[in-house]
Amino acid sequence: MTQSGMRRAEPWLALAGAVALVAVAWAAPWLRFILTLALAKGIAVLGILLLLRAGQVSFGHAMYAAIGAYVVAFAAPSMGDVLVLLPLAMLTAGVVGLVIGLFITRYREIFFSMLNLALSMVLYSLLEKFYAITKGSDGIRVAPLSIAGMPMDGPMAAWVMFGTALAVAAIFWWVARRYLVSPMGEALSAIKTRETRLEFMGVSARGVLLVAYVLSALMAGAAGAIIAMTTRHVTPLLAYWTSSGELVFIAILGGAGGVLGPFLGAVTYELIRVYAAAAFADIWQMALGLALLAVILFAPGGVWGVIAALLRRARVS
Amino acid sequence: MSGTALLEARGLRLAFGGVKAADGIDLSVMRGEFLAIIGPNGAGKTTFINMTTGYLRPQGGTIHYDGEAITGLAPRAIVKRGIGRSFQLPQLFTEHTVLQNAALAIASRRGVWRPFAPLLSVGVMDEARDLLDRFGLDGIRDSRADTLNEGARKLADIAMAVALRPRLLLMDEPTSGVAASEKMAVVETLARVLREAEVTAVFVEHDMDVVERFSDRVAVWSQGRILALGPPGEVLRDPAVLREVIGVAAVDPSLPHA
Amino acid sequence: MITWFNENGLLLGLALLDGLAYAALVFMVSVGLNLVFGVLRVLNVAHGSFYAIGAYAAATLGGLAGLPAWASLPMLLLAAVLVGLLLGPVIERVLLRRIYSEEPVIQLLVTFALFMILEDAQKLVWGVQPVSNDAAVRLLGTVDVPFAGDVIPFTAYQLFLLPGVALATLVGLAWFLRRTLTGRVIVAVTVDREAATAIGIDAKKVFLLTFTAGAVLAALGGALASPTTSLVPGIGAQTIVLSFAVIATAGLGQIEGAALTALLIGLGRSVAVYFAPELEVVVPYLIMVAVLLVRPQGLFGAAEARRV
Repeated sequence: MTQSGMRRAEPWLALAGAVALVAVAWAAPWLRFILTLALAKGIAVLGILLLLRAGQVSFGHAMYAAIGAYVVAFAAPSMGDVLVLLPLAMLTAGVVGLVIGLFITRYREIFFSMLNLALSMVLYSLLEKFYAITKGSDGIRVAPLSIAGMPMDGPMAAWVMFGTALAVAAIFWWVARRYLVSPMGEALSAIKTRETRLEFMGVSARGVLLVAYVLSALMAGAAGAIIAMTTRHVTPLLAYWTSSGELVFIAILGGAGGVLGPFLGAVTYELIRVYAAAAFADIWQMALGLALLAVILFAPGGVWGVIAALLRRARVS
Repeated sequence: MSGTALLEARGLRLAFGGVKAADGIDLSVMRGEFLAIIGPNGAGKTTFINMTTGYLRPQGGTIHYDGEAITGLAPRAIVKRGIGRSFQLPQLFTEHTVLQNAALAIASRRGVWRPFAPLLSVGVMDEARDLLDRFGLDGIRDSRADTLNEGARKLADIAMAVALRPRLLLMDEPTSGVAASEKMAVVETLARVLREAEVTAVFVEHDMDVVERFSDRVAVWSQGRILALGPPGEVLRDPAVLREVIGVAAVDPSLPHA
Repeated sequence: MITWFNENGLLLGLALLDGLAYAALVFMVSVGLNLVFGVLRVLNVAHGSFYAIGAYAAATLGGLAGLPAWASLPMLLLAAVLVGLLLGPVIERVLLRRIYSEEPVIQLLVTFALFMILEDAQKLVWGVQPVSNDAAVRLLGTVDVPFAGDVIPFTAYQLFLLPGVALATLVGLAWFLRRTLTGRVIVAVTVDREAATAIGIDAKKVFLLTFTAGAVLAALGGALASPTTSLVPGIGAQTIVLSFAVIATAGLGQIEGAALTALLIGLGRSVAVYFAPELEVVVPYLIMVAVLLVRPQGLFGAAEARRV
């Protein structure tokens, strides 16, 4: 299927996917938790996707998820409403993303990737060391939450979080779709292919990248907040390089071709993790690494690419 | 004379290691003229364009554009002042179609950075299609830029520079890669487009036919200096120039003999 | 000022000595990373894993039953060489060779995947419990260092061996790259790969050699570090991030610059350990950011003539 054909098909696929997710969450309540987390990670990976369009990969984006999560953990006792915590977490992550982004968007490729990694490891260390504030590696239990004033408990809480994750995912999916075909979004890809030309058109490549970077920080912050509100426990591990590695892996697994890729990849990943974690518990990173290599070398379009190929063949026959 | 000069370069110097790419360049480009730059490879022609467009910073000398000093400004600042440039090796966005390439150029000129309106919204698309039409590229507008042949890529590159509506356009070998049979037609189109828009053009060129027909003046570059400057009729017959650009023994048979 | 010195002089002295030893280790790892980057133009994220595996291997080899005490030192070297020679060529031929022509993003992703694989491989072999073997340190004993009228007891290992090996490596590497034919070939490939291949240099062999050398250097850094600390999972990640900070601050591809920068960062971190422990981890990155803000190409990196 052509690119534009896939683009038109995407909303239908997204709708079908959303319906499927709700159906599964209803029929198999033990999967609700996993799917909520998958949706949240998908949101964070959307941010990675934006940067991938510009040919850059951040190895440290989990730090923004961690920021979002810890904002929730710190703020929950005094203002524990989902509708307050979510924007607060996003805003905080976005502001930090702006500050860091101003510096980091000067760089490309290796520097960009590794600087992000370095900063995320710094955050991890700080979260671990300042026990008095962050409770170190023990982590913080998130206080009971409410939504629009109503206290959340029991199965209702699980549904609220699932619904929130789905809603936020849908909104960001729509935002990313529109953004990527706007002049600024298309300019991202121009950074990858001919950054010099962009400058010679009077466009600040750095500015374009910065906007994408802040957006991606916002998204990761939202993801972290949802994860915190769902798991009710935040630890410094959220910022560790393995968490960032997970996001990158999901991005490649899902496929960078369409905006649904991150969610396809996240759901696939979380489901596999649930069933394979027991078998591969000790070597989970190794399994991820091997899978990443396999996808890069043999199926670089990811799950999205596979779906596109299937649809193409269906159309032809 | 300097009252009508759009671009003035004085005493430009730039050396890479031991090589003097610019060794005291003095040049005034008059408003509305078509100035051809010829010379052997490595003489510093592209370096001159690079310095004028901010890609390289000269080590000495000044550049004035429309009376304002632009020496050492970054490319973005220079582009915003109305200087455009096309490249020796076409610089296209390889993952975008020709239409999208043109649209990006037009969008940046218009400052259209709304995050939620598509790039190919009506206004931009119409102008992009019109531009490609004028350059004869309309037929391939939906092809990805990395699938074009050399000539088409060259034209697209120039079209993108023209899309920015510069007042001064610097073109680096605009006809290289264009098929010989099409060359004259292409340059005629280009010349017409530019003259209609009252664009001052400076172009590096190796084809003396093109130089003869389309330039008002010719500047001859040699080892970082300007060897000769004047109307093509004079400059292209100057024996010193012929020796430098074409070689001692050979005389280009396509030129009318003195 | 004088009173501060009187009270904290010993601590400062310790910090300086510690910093010197630490800097030596940091240099060993960073120089290999920089060398590989300079020649292959690939940043090997798995370089940190070479360090970790070298460290673990040294601890294991040094702990073999029946080993005479004096053998603990050569064992370190042996471990490093074994690890480097085993991992380096295999990875270069099987994996890296496929990606030299790929986009930089792909190259980074591949070395990152490799890093993930090796980190778990290391956990598989050596487990998650701390591993330590300080035989080499004990062998060389302690030295009393006179400092500011007092005496600081310090291990000879950290005082002499580590800086000594680092210095030898620096000098040896510089000599090798400048004076030997192979070394000059490597420099030629670094400076202009195309021109070098045009005159008949086999770039593939150079890549293999360089990558292996880098692996050995990283493993040696780890091996040398292993007697001074207890080894746990995660040191690979810490190391690659720190080495990157060093070479980013020094300037990509700069060998001598890496030595000075390692010293700067090593001393900085050490001083932080003794005087502001919570900031210990942050200091190297603060230094890196401070330098990059002022000189984006690093302290010794060549400023690009191009403006874009």
